[in-house]
Amino acid sequence: MKPEELKYTKTHEWLHISGDAAVVGISDHAQHEMGDIVFVDLPKVGSKVQKEKQACVVESVKSAFDIYAPVSGEITEANTKLSDEPALVNQSPLENGWLFKMKISAPAEASDLMDWNAYQEFVKTAAH
Amino acid sequence: MNTQTLKKTALNDTCRKYGGKMVDFHGWELPIQFEGITKEHSAVRNGAGMFDVSHMGQIFVTGKDAAAFLDYVNANDVKKLQNNQGCYSHLPNGRKGIVDDVINFCLDQAGGRYLVIVNATTSSKDYEWFLGNSSGFDVKIENRSDDYSMIALQGPKTIEIMKRFEPVILKFGRFCIVESSFKGEKTFVSRTGYTGEDGFEVTAPHKVINEIWEKFAELGKPYGLIPCGLGSRDTLRLESGYLLYGNDIDDEHTTYEANYGWVVKLKKEKFIGKDIYLKQKEEGLKVKLTGLATETGIPREGCRVFAGGEQIGALQSATYSPTLKKGIGVGYFTKTDLKPGDELEVEIRDKKVKARVHEVPFHKGTAFGKVYIAQ
Repeated sequence: MKPEELKYTKTHEWLHISGDAAVVGISDHAQHEMGDIVFVDLPKVGSKVQKEKQACVVESVKSAFDIYAPVSGEITEANTKLSDEPALVNQSPLENGWLFKMKISAPAEASDLMDWNAYQEFVKTAAH
Repeated sequence: MNTQTLKKTALNDTCRKYGGKMVDFHGWELPIQFEGITKEHSAVRNGAGMFDVSHMGQIFVTGKDAAAFLDYVNANDVKKLQNNQGCYSHLPNGRKGIVDDVINFCLDQAGGRYLVIVNATTSSKDYEWFLGNSSGFDVKIENRSDDYSMIALQGPKTIEIMKRFEPVILKFGRFCIVESSFKGEKTFVSRTGYTGEDGFEVTAPHKVINEIWEKFAELGKPYGLIPCGLGSRDTLRLESGYLLYGNDIDDEHTTYEANYGWVVKLKKEKFIGKDIYLKQKEEGLKVKLTGLATETGIPREGCRVFAGGEQIGALQSATYSPTLKKGIGVGYFTKTDLKPGDELEVEIRDKKVKARVHEVPFHKGTAFGKVYIAQ
């Protein structure tokens, strides 16, 4: 997926929307800040998630990071490849390292997410 | 984070230049990592890594009674150390705890000259403790922690680097020390470390430490030496079963409870806390520091631990182990008869996950075996 095709949260998740289906992952900036990812605690398929509430956890050697749902909905698939190869999140955050797929329940919630340009600006200003 | 108030080591700029990601570590600004924790961890296990450990403290004890005094404040036998020898030890607090864990080095037995390497956060506390217990001993105690920097060179291939820096240390085994000099400045080179691999620690005045760092970087290039941060230092030490003062040991736990009984030399006639150790040996332990490994999930400090549904304690230190490729941790458990393989549960984010008692050290690196000694 191209970074321009995605929407971003202030907590560094990305969201790819097609209709009421969406894919969620973390940005390249986020994976870089977290360091070597060694474990992903994936969400349960069928579970309901709420916008800005914890959906899963990504862990580096020394820390655990909460991953928040960019919008509300239901988990339809978790990237089980990450159970054996959590480092995919580092190597390919926008492609093979996606975290989960979901069915969006309130599409209007996506309206306040950032586009690629706004996110880049956000990362730049947050660093200073 | 207000970096203005953090203490900086003399290697601060050099660590930044090498890409160190700086963090607040108990009031010190130190690199948590350079290129990445797992890469640094593996460099030390298989080759060579270099750490800025300048936050560590140095207390010099000199005088006619230096050996007798150190023998009195340490659980381990310091009196028997001969020139160039050192020993890991605990300073019992006379109650049921430990003031600090330290390394005592004998620089000159006849002349009464010793160097004690202490932890960063406890150096003032140790110094006060030494002063407060020194009456009746003819000793001079100096806290020189602010005058020295320190680099740890760790990994099986650091021998090759040391051959070109201070080869004399290679005539000595683990825990030995030699006095050396660099560009006219007095330095100390010891065969010690906190990683479980063979390696060396160089204590030197601030003004030459950056040159020593650059020298190691250059000498280490053919051996894959990379700078390493506190992150890998912690994963390496925990895999090796080394204790972290403030986490695994403190003023409330004894050496026996920490499962480091070998440090206590009850044959010594008199030392602080001997009565406490004797009593505990007789009565048995109510808690014991025990290792565990998880099957899935990574335990963290503070996670509660259960056996047969009952809480038996919590984890003092825990991490992902890059060598074992699973979660590991140690905690004080009220069940003191656990055996490796016994089933436990650890509570990670409100979920109980399976774990098994694991022997400690979790991994035995080159420091645990026979090391190369130059003839």
